[in-house]
Formats: sequence, structure tokens, C-alpha cells
Amino acid sequence: MAMLEVKDLEVYYGVICALKGISFEVNQGEIVSLIGANGAGKTTMMQSIVGLIPKKNGTVVFDGHDISKTPCHKIVKMGMTQVPEGRRIFQELTVYENLMMGAYSNKNNQQFKADIEAAYARFPRLAERRNQVAGTLSGGEQQMLAMSRALMCHPRLLMLDEPSMGLSPLLVDQVFEIIKDINKDGTTILLVEQNAGKSLAISDRAYVMENGSIVLSGTGAELASSEKVKKAYLGG
Amino acid sequence: MEDILSTLINGLSLGGIYAMIALGYTMVYGIAKMLNFAHGDIIMIGGYVIFIFMATHNPLLAVAMAIVMCVILGVVIEKVAYKPLRGASPLAVLITAIGVSYLLQSLAQILFGSAPKMVTVYDFGTIKFLGATVQVSALVTLGVTVVVMIALTLFVKYTRLGRAMIAVSEDRSAAQLMGINVNGIITVTFAIGSALAALAGLFYLLKAPSVSSTLGAMPGIKAFTAAVIGGIGSIPGAMLGGILLGMVECISYKFSAIAPYTDAIEFSILILILLVRPTGFLGKKRREKV
Repeated sequence: MAMLEVKDLEVYYGVICALKGISFEVNQGEIVSLIGANGAGKTTMMQSIVGLIPKKNGTVVFDGHDISKTPCHKIVKMGMTQVPEGRRIFQELTVYENLMMGAYSNKNNQQFKADIEAAYARFPRLAERRNQVAGTLSGGEQQMLAMSRALMCHPRLLMLDEPSMGLSPLLVDQVFEIIKDINKDGTTILLVEQNAGKSLAISDRAYVMENGSIVLSGTGAELASSEKVKKAYLGG
Repeated sequence: MEDILSTLINGLSLGGIYAMIALGYTMVYGIAKMLNFAHGDIIMIGGYVIFIFMATHNPLLAVAMAIVMCVILGVVIEKVAYKPLRGASPLAVLITAIGVSYLLQSLAQILFGSAPKMVTVYDFGTIKFLGATVQVSALVTLGVTVVVMIALTLFVKYTRLGRAMIAVSEDRSAAQLMGINVNGIITVTFAIGSALAALAGLFYLLKAPSVSSTLGAMPGIKAFTAAVIGGIGSIPGAMLGGILLGMVECISYKFSAIAPYTDAIEFSILILILLVRPTGFLGKKRREKV
């Protein structure tokens, strides 16, 4: 049984249909990526899965539980969260307080202390800036903070929406390395990216989205060598 | 000199009351992103609750009951009137809030009649202070507001719940992704705002011992003005705006030539500040989300 199963998901903005019945699944331990151009509906899909925007039709099943109508904060407690597009860290709070917010659903203080040490060990940059207001961090540091913050609640499934957006090539490579790392530690990953080449390279499986529908699917390697994908997304 | 001192104390104490009410406006705006124009009328309800429970001749009980009832009322109003409109256009929410305001005022008139009711909560008397005669109630008001403001600031900055409030006010979806129950945070915000309004109701009764159905109308608008001057959504801003407006009001009343224009002067300050600095003194420019 798949860890996350999305079936016939439809989302509307007013009368405009943004997702036209999407079905896909993510199995435990996988890295699955969704690639597609701007406006294909990737972010809409991510937000509707975690309950941030309402679904018109379709079901989302996580770990055997139907979460189609579950509010977002409860889904997070069930073990699924998201690093949103544009990072969306809390600018007015310090690095430490941001991490604290990430651990909001976990009241165990001992665990929190261990988790925060783990976050600082993974990103020493964050340790150096722990008392700095997060709005003053660079883009790369903000992305690190956003990822660490999401990991603070121990998600079994972590969704990342455009984690490489707006970062320098060097940092982009680093972000993909970190995603692989997080996955090795046992967290299942659902990744949305415009950087198709890099995300297919680290993915077990992938889906291609166009205009609110999934048009192709396969393993990362299959899609990376598909003529259609190459032409449309890999610049060749 | 004596005059200056008593004006200063009166101004600070009135400013404290405005700040107290303004905090309710600004916190609700920051977190629920709505203007709760029924907020002023919670003050009036608080006044009537004190009136009812003063029959027991126990001021502390009356004040405690006012706080409890106002908190319940504020939370119920949010659940019944505003929550169903989450995600609706801001105009719809605004009009609903104005409707709730009229509903509360009319309800009070039906229950208590249109004639003001006299309520003497407690007579603190006056003291001589550096030659000036000062109402002790003004000092009590000032003292309580200072304590409340410090407590609120510490609460928001250093508690889990307080930080969650900052997180929700900054980015509602990101806060939800942390596992924060936004509806719960909004409920807490309305509860705090309403408790502060109940205290403001008490302070009004200490200043002038009568309550009518329109008791909260003008203070509500003044405090809203204060919140906007200070920068709506900002807690220190509401405090600053409230104190500023209270001082201006008391100073203006001192001069017979301009005293009749006091309200006009206060609202002119609002217009002036909106022209020069649309975000208010401490307000931040918000990123527009696309």
C-alpha cells in the first residue's frame, strides 16, 4: 500500500479548473518528483494535499487514513509537512524561534533539544545565526532554515515545493544533496521542481504535469531519457 | 505646574484606556486580518455586566464577571459571525462586524432601556501630589494598564502560544504547516481582546459612573484611530498610538479655545499620519502575496 495516495484530485479557483483530476502515489522511502512548467498546477496540488486549499473532488489517503477533509494542522501531526514555495520562514522571529515553531506539534522538551542540536549540526550556519532575526538571512540560509524547520516535527513524508528556486548553482547542488540525505535518514520525499534535470537525477519515480493534469510518469531515469521530457524540460 | 502634572496624569491614564482597547483591534487585525468594529461595544457590555453585579456590592466580583462574560461574548461572536466568513471578501467581514456592533447596542437598549444607568464601582477619591489634585482612579488606571501591557508583551514574546500568534499574523499558511491550529489562535486572540475591553469598560466607569448602550461607540472609534496611528497589527504601535491620542485629547481640553474641536483635532492627526506614513508609526509594509 502506498504511503500517500492521491486519487482524481480536482481543485478550482472560482470557476477556473486548476487541477483536472490528478492521481498519483508515493511509496514509503521513495523520492518522487513532480516536474512541469510554471502554471502547471504543481503548487496548487501541494497545497491542496496538505489541506491549505480546499479540494473540489477526489481523495487523499495518507498511511491508510483519508485526509481529504482533514485540516492542515492535524495532517502535520499525522506526520506529513511541507517546505512551501518561497521558503516562507517567519521573518520577524529568530532562527531559534523559527525552529521552535517547527516543533510546535511536539511538546517533548528533551526531544526538542536533541532535534535542535541535530539541525545545528546539519547546518552550522544556522547555529552561528541562532539569535538572528530570520528576515536578515541570505536566500540559501533561509532555505536551510525552512528545511530544518520542517524536519523539527519529524515528518515521515516531507514535501518540498521548489526548494532550489532563486538559489545560486552551487547552493542548488547543495540543496539536492541535502534532500538525498534526508531521504537516506528514512524520510519519504515528494519534490516539486522546475529544475527537472536535477530532480529526475535523484528521484526514484517522477510525474510530469501540464495544465493541471499528469501527462507522463515513470522512473527518474526513464523520464530523464524520454524525448518528450528532454525537449520540453531539459533544454534538449 | 500643578496643572501640567494633572493633565499629564489624566492624559496618560486616558491614553492607557485607548491603548488597552486599541490592542484588541490591532491583535485581531494582525491575526484574523479583519477589523472588528464590534470591539468597542464589548466595552459597553462589560459596563452593563459590572452594573448588574454591583448589586452584590462587591467590585472585584463585578469586574471578574465582566471579564469572564466579555471573553465568552467575544469568542461566541467570532465563532458565530466571523468564522463562517473566513476566506470571504474583507468588505463582507467588515459589514458583518458593523452589523454585530448595532446588534449589541440594540440588545443593550432592549434589556436596559435607553436611559443611562448609574454605576459607582468604587470611589478612590483624590490625592494631593506635588501640589496637584489627582484622581486616584486615574493612577489606578495607569498602573493597571502598564502592568497589562508589560504582561502582554512578555506573553507574546516568550510563550509558545505568543510566538504562535506572531507566526500566524506573519504567515497563516506557513503557521498551519507547523501544526498550529489557526482557528484556535484566533479564538485566543478574541478572548484576550475582549478581556482588555472589559477592563477598559471598568476604567470608563471609574472616570464617569454611568453606562448606556453607546458607551463603547466613541472610545471604540478613538482606539481604532490610535491603532491605525501606531500602525495596525503592531502591539507596541497600539500602545504608542493610544498614549499619544490620550495626551492630545487631555491637552486639547485644557485650552478653552480649541477644546470644542478636540475630536476633530484627533481625527485630523489620523488623516495627517495616513498621508505622511500610511503604515502608521510602527506598522510594517506587508508583502502582497500572489
